[in-house]
Amino acid sequence: MNLEELVGRFQRKDKAAFEQLYNMYAENICGVINAIVQNSALSEEICQDVFVKIWNKAASYNSSKGRFFTWILNIARNAAIDELRSKSHKNQKLNLSTTYFVGILENPRDEEDNGINIERIGKFINKLKQKCIELIDLIYFKGYTQKEVSETLNIPLGTVKTRNRSCISQLRENMKNT
Amino acid sequence: MDTKSYIESGILELYVSGQLSEKENQEVAKYANKYPEIKEEIIEIEKAILGLSAALAQKNVPAFDTIKNRLDEKPNSRVIPMESKRKSWTSYTGWAASALLTIGLAYLYNQNQALNSEVQIAENELRQMEFQIAEANNSLEKSKQLLFVLRDKNMATIPLGGQNVSPDSYARAYWNKEKQQLFIDAQGLPEPPDGMAYQVWSLTLDPLTPTSVGLLEDFIDDDNKVFAFTNPNESQAFGITLEPAGGSEFPTLEQLYVLGTVSS
Repeated sequence: MNLEELVGRFQRKDKAAFEQLYNMYAENICGVINAIVQNSALSEEICQDVFVKIWNKAASYNSSKGRFFTWILNIARNAAIDELRSKSHKNQKLNLSTTYFVGILENPRDEEDNGINIERIGKFINKLKQKCIELIDLIYFKGYTQKEVSETLNIPLGTVKTRNRSCISQLRENMKNT
Repeated sequence: MDTKSYIESGILELYVSGQLSEKENQEVAKYANKYPEIKEEIIEIEKAILGLSAALAQKNVPAFDTIKNRLDEKPNSRVIPMESKRKSWTSYTGWAASALLTIGLAYLYNQNQALNSEVQIAENELRQMEFQIAEANNSLEKSKQLLFVLRDKNMATIPLGGQNVSPDSYARAYWNKEKQQLFIDAQGLPEPPDGMAYQVWSLTLDPLTPTSVGLLEDFIDDDNKVFAFTNPNESQAFGITLEPAGGSEFPTLEQLYVLGTVSS
């Protein structure tokens, strides 16, 4: 069964289809959330909530919202960012704008806390420039617009799109070699 | 259509990230259906993001079973049975008013709690800042006193130059012979290793007789690296050596860091 059919059945509230989609994307969605909140227990909790939300919003998905993954990615990062901004974490060390997901790697003390497999991620990003890591983090995980990215990273608005392409190309190259 | 330059423009990467408007999304979806190379490119970009995000997941991703039983909960659609018995509108308004009052009170109570905790935080910050100001004032006062003392007209300045052990080191002695005050500015000395300390010596040259003036105590923690001593000696030179913590009776001359003579 192809993805379109699976998504269609999921939208008609077919639990078996949803389970398949869950198995396809749970790791990715939990990963995005973990990249944002950088806390294993918290991200697991949010990840479960996000999939329940996806199920409840099934009817609202259509192709004008982009790829199915893009749609659930959007739900996931909104939930994770909301959680970070919510009162309960106001006083914790979480800080959205300054921690990129590689912060996890640079600070090995947190390793147990976020439970990320450092070796695995290292292979993807070891050849990526810091600029690319920041760019990918902001665009894909934090959901920044091109304008926000240009202001945050201090690069011209017109280059965001092309630089993002070249960063993703590098990422693809790295993945090919692993 | 030039699909190659369309792909190169970077729009597909933004499509996968969810940055495009609904209209643009529909346009990309239309092209993807029409041109297989565009669809393939989108899938490849998505794969890269899927790979990266999966690698960022915590080690144990929850199993589907953990959410399965939550799927049947209907969000925001609980049905509340209506009572068929009719009551006069006054009793409803009474209940409504009391409910509103309760909600209002609860709201105010919460607000009050929140404000109280904010006040608490602000007070703590204020205390910390007052403490910092007091500290800064204190340190300023000390610096002023030091400057006043060093400017005394009877204060002689003796530069101490680096010796064989450490040619880059330097220090300065300020000596007020009448008041028997001696200050050592030791900013140009390296941090002493663990278990060692610098010791200051007053020297008379003919014959060479060293007299200990004292240790540069807590060298690493001292901020301005200026140390005060009392020096009743008829000094002709000053030297600083590195000694075992606690100091020595006689200077270890192989560990002589800086030395300078008093010009007569």
